[in-house]
Amino acid sequence: MYNFEFTKPTTIADAVAALKADEAQALGGGQTLLPTMKQRLAAPSSLVSLTAIPEMQGVCMSDANEVCVGGATPHASVAIHAATMFPALAALANRIGDPAVRNRGTVGGSLANNDPSACYPAAALGTGATIKTNTREIAADDYFQGMFTTALEDGEIITEVRFPVPEKANYQKFVQPASRFALVGVFVAKYADGARVAVTGASSDGVFRWAEAEAALSADFSAGALAGLAVPGGDMISDLHGSGEYRAHLVKVMTGRAVTAAA
Amino acid sequence: MPKDHGIGASSKRREDVRFLTGKGVYTDDMAMQGQVHAVMVRSTVAHGKIVSIDTSGALEMPGVLAVFTGEDFVEVGGNPAGWLIHSRNGEPMREPKRPVLAHGKVRHVGDAYAAVIAETYAQAKDAAEAVAAAAQIAELPAIIDMKTAVADSSNRVHDEIPDNVCFDWGWVEDNRAAVDAAMKAAPHVTTLELVNNRLVPNAIEPRASIGEYFPGTGNYKLTTTSQNPHMTQLLISAFVLGIPEHKLTVVAPDVGGGFGSKIYHYGEEALVLAASKKLGRPVAWTAERSESFLSDAHGRDHVTKIEVGATLDGEILAFRTETLANVGAYLSNFATVTPTFLHGTVMAGPYKVPHVYVNLKTVFTNTAPVDAYRGAGRPEATYSLERVVDKMARELKLDPIEVRRKNLLTPDQFPYTTPVAVIYDTGNYQATLEKSLELADYDGFGARAADSAKRGKLRGIGLSTWVEACGLAPSHLVGVLGARVGLYDAATVRVNATGSLSVMVGAHSHGQGHETVFAQIVADKLGIPEENIDIVHGDTSKVPFGMGTYGSRSLAVCGSAVTKAVDKIIAKGKKIAAHMLEAAEGDIVFENGSFSVAGTDKSKSFGEIAFSAYVPHNYPLETLEPGLEETAFYDPGNFTYPAGAYLCEVEVDPETGKVEVVNFTCADDFGNVMNPMIVEGQVHGGVAQGIGQAIIEQTSYDADGQLLSGSYMEYAMPRADDMPMFTVDHSCVTPCTHNPLGAKGCGEAGAIGSPPAVVNAVIDALQRGGYTHVTHVDMPLTPSRVWQAMQG
Amino acid sequence: MTKVTMTVNGKSVSADSEARTLLSEFLREGLRLTGTHVGCDTSQCGACVVHVDGLAVKSCTVLAQDVAGAEVRTIEGMANADGSLGVIQQAFQDHHGLQCGFCTPGMVMTAASLLKDNPKPTEHEVREYLEGNICRCTGYHNIVKAIMAASGQDVSAIAAE
Repeated sequence: MYNFEFTKPTTIADAVAALKADEAQALGGGQTLLPTMKQRLAAPSSLVSLTAIPEMQGVCMSDANEVCVGGATPHASVAIHAATMFPALAALANRIGDPAVRNRGTVGGSLANNDPSACYPAAALGTGATIKTNTREIAADDYFQGMFTTALEDGEIITEVRFPVPEKANYQKFVQPASRFALVGVFVAKYADGARVAVTGASSDGVFRWAEAEAALSADFSAGALAGLAVPGGDMISDLHGSGEYRAHLVKVMTGRAVTAAA
Repeated sequence: MPKDHGIGASSKRREDVRFLTGKGVYTDDMAMQGQVHAVMVRSTVAHGKIVSIDTSGALEMPGVLAVFTGEDFVEVGGNPAGWLIHSRNGEPMREPKRPVLAHGKVRHVGDAYAAVIAETYAQAKDAAEAVAAAAQIAELPAIIDMKTAVADSSNRVHDEIPDNVCFDWGWVEDNRAAVDAAMKAAPHVTTLELVNNRLVPNAIEPRASIGEYFPGTGNYKLTTTSQNPHMTQLLISAFVLGIPEHKLTVVAPDVGGGFGSKIYHYGEEALVLAASKKLGRPVAWTAERSESFLSDAHGRDHVTKIEVGATLDGEILAFRTETLANVGAYLSNFATVTPTFLHGTVMAGPYKVPHVYVNLKTVFTNTAPVDAYRGAGRPEATYSLERVVDKMARELKLDPIEVRRKNLLTPDQFPYTTPVAVIYDTGNYQATLEKSLELADYDGFGARAADSAKRGKLRGIGLSTWVEACGLAPSHLVGVLGARVGLYDAATVRVNATGSLSVMVGAHSHGQGHETVFAQIVADKLGIPEENIDIVHGDTSKVPFGMGTYGSRSLAVCGSAVTKAVDKIIAKGKKIAAHMLEAAEGDIVFENGSFSVAGTDKSKSFGEIAFSAYVPHNYPLETLEPGLEETAFYDPGNFTYPAGAYLCEVEVDPETGKVEVVNFTCADDFGNVMNPMIVEGQVHGGVAQGIGQAIIEQTSYDADGQLLSGSYMEYAMPRADDMPMFTVDHSCVTPCTHNPLGAKGCGEAGAIGSPPAVVNAVIDALQRGGYTHVTHVDMPLTPSRVWQAMQG
Repeated sequence: MTKVTMTVNGKSVSADSEARTLLSEFLREGLRLTGTHVGCDTSQCGACVVHVDGLAVKSCTVLAQDVAGAEVRTIEGMANADGSLGVIQQAFQDHHGLQCGFCTPGMVMTAASLLKDNPKPTEHEVREYLEGNICRCTGYHNIVKAIMAASGQDVSAIAAE
């Protein structure tokens, strides 16, 4: 990779200041960014590590029944500490990458990158999470804007993510056999006011909500409620691991399985 | 009672201690004094004319010491193919020059056309980028699909080869008419068109090389990731750079897996040697994984139409195949023997079939060179045979196991001359078939299938009965067939004065455990402890000229050389003992590590004899040279023919198409087994590669010749959770009849026998599940492909 | 260049490091601890796994400067104090859990991490935990067996297979 300046601030304010430098980029766990830089596909002039900022670490429950995860909290930590608060979220975190990746990769890094096959975007969108940054709070519905595109401004840092805890939830991941990312991943959550279904891995627009399934499941939270539905295949990713049609089919299968597992 | 030492014991591997403590020394672990770094500049287009390469900018960059291009190697030779194959019409194959660095044209994505040497790796990498930016390469249409390549003479990988065909081979050509007639007369013919998918070998250690030049002596040293350092030395000396053989040492230190891909000489090896001379500094190159994907020799890549003619009760009358085999952009060293003599010669399988004819065209394309990968030709043959036999059984509504029972050669038929011109010396194919059925609890399949059904899964079982040919030989025969080298191996046994031994072997271990197994053999023969024996391999300045390790040959060929050298040691020891014991040589017996006079209590230990050989005070100097060191070269009389029966059970998820291998059972006949633990490990690894080929490994080039599966993000490597525990057995033994160990070889069997078993199992699952329209799915049987096939 | 200091296998060590120097490079080139291997460039193969502050990480995907001051453990620090093989290492040898040895350091480090978190893993748990460690030689059978044996479980039922 190309060389760069490296800083490791200990407060959000210092990190924000450091990110004002030209071509500066935030570094979470680096599990995506560093391989990208090794291939010379990214060349920031400076990297600002966010892993030494205590206020961006940890998992807790809010008074509003949300699981609050510090932006630089590694997946392994979420898997452990959210296990009783929000088992489906913990289970999702526990299947990202592999154990070594989970020890480094962070929720903020995953959401900021918004890889179309990543798991966390499905959890954030599937729960209607709030993405808190150094300047504002962004609703998940406004945050995801297509693959690798988010509402974040340059230099804006995800400091915390708040996931509303549902009555029931489950994440089903059908893995792409090489990368082990989601070929299709579906997060289903049932709240008092209705169900949410978020799909990752499938669409060329990145993570999305499957509105028809949400409507059907809000009326009847059972796999049978999905019977007549079909996911349109047009926007689906087509590659050597599966056609758009196959992905569309998997979305329905995985949604059904998630509902059954959640119920 | 299992043995605890010597031949047949599961001795723990001595090499493990260094690997487990981080003390192994692989090529990239070395840092030579003053070492500088090479980075290759690789083509990003599949096919292009090199218009110009401006290196001036790169040469000005920090740390840059030199930039090489194809121009610098115009005067040196090409890297040759190891076998000269003749077409059916008698013409020799077309053999384009394979240069050190591409010259004139680039012919595949990853084809190196320049190399930068700099003080640090990062500096070389920066400058390589500058060379690439300044190079003008005019892109030409890519030739990727083999059928198009053969049909369209307007577009050529090599300008002098109009139809992109290297050769059009028939085996055995004289069989052709009889096979055609038999097929025409057959009551039933089953036809299957199939693809044997291209694989990337993916040894976890990437290729690496360090070149050193010593101006004081004019000697060169190449340290490299090689399975056969002597062949690399020979190729560089006699064909490529012309460095006199006695001035070049090639060392293959610890090597992290090969699977075929490290047999061959690659341009980077010549480059680092040439650069080290020019710069007077050691020059090191290590591939990044993405370079390995683009530039290591790939495996398989056949498109085949196979037909079987049979009676209505399933008796096999004839096999006929037509194959296009991809050789990629250049001929790698074994690229011409792999699809021919390693493929056509086993196309009779384990069957008593009177008529077999194989036709095969090898095709140049703008893709990475294709060469031998674990199994090399035999997996392609086995897959074609075992798939078409299974399909035939299904079409005739016969039990695939009964069809095998009906057609397998019987023990009384050996030695058996096949219609594809090899002689199976020995075997018992019924024994391994029945053993596999017993171990897999074949009779319990119905209950397991019912259990799977309860969980919503379709269960299937698939069989493969196979025979392969290892230890390619003998040299005079392979010479007639076109080999440009001999196929013997060699060993030197040096008994030291204190009775310990150094054994120098021509085989090379890169995971096979030779340091342990060869020591077991020598210890067993000499009756001395294994720990008194050191096995030396991989250094051409120390070991006798050997052909290295591939083709499951090390034990059968090099192990036999070791045995012969030990026999010579014993014979000389007897002479020394006779003198010391004042007895006739014919009265000396060697047993349990001591030489004694038959029928007396007079004896000398092995150590005393060794000492006497080096301190020859009481020694027959008039008739015998001092010292105790013997070399043997062993050239086998025939191939060896391991065989076996594999049973695979799968579960298919009908909603997603995902295949899970839930049981895998192997019953192998490897002849005599030296170390059961190591043999079982070899089978496990081979089967995993076969399962990988069958269900997940996919090498895909797009129409422009870009490799779509060029990293572990896209190329699925089998992981721990893709595999079941394996049941392996090697208790059915018919010893090889023509080598002193009775050993046949076990390294490739798993990769040869397993893919058809997996695919047969998946087809079985789908058929049982009611998807009767699915008679074939091409590998890899990824979820999307299986699901697509189920949709009809 | 910045001098980076960390504790590796119990010893405080320093070496020059650029910002871009990876932990794997720091160990291999800076400290000449070449037991940690690099087998890919996409953070998939796991040959480079080491422990940082007790957690398994892929050292090819961590900046050396980002772990300055940390406690790092590599394969060179896994043997017993007397130099004999540690429990996991011994189990790998006893059960033939390695062939070419190249992925082995990462396998051993990952296995150690697993057994710390889960002292008696099932076969399924072992296989899942090895998701980020690729071996091309063994087919994993004997690696799984070795790890289960190292956890003190009886593997004789699979010993004959």
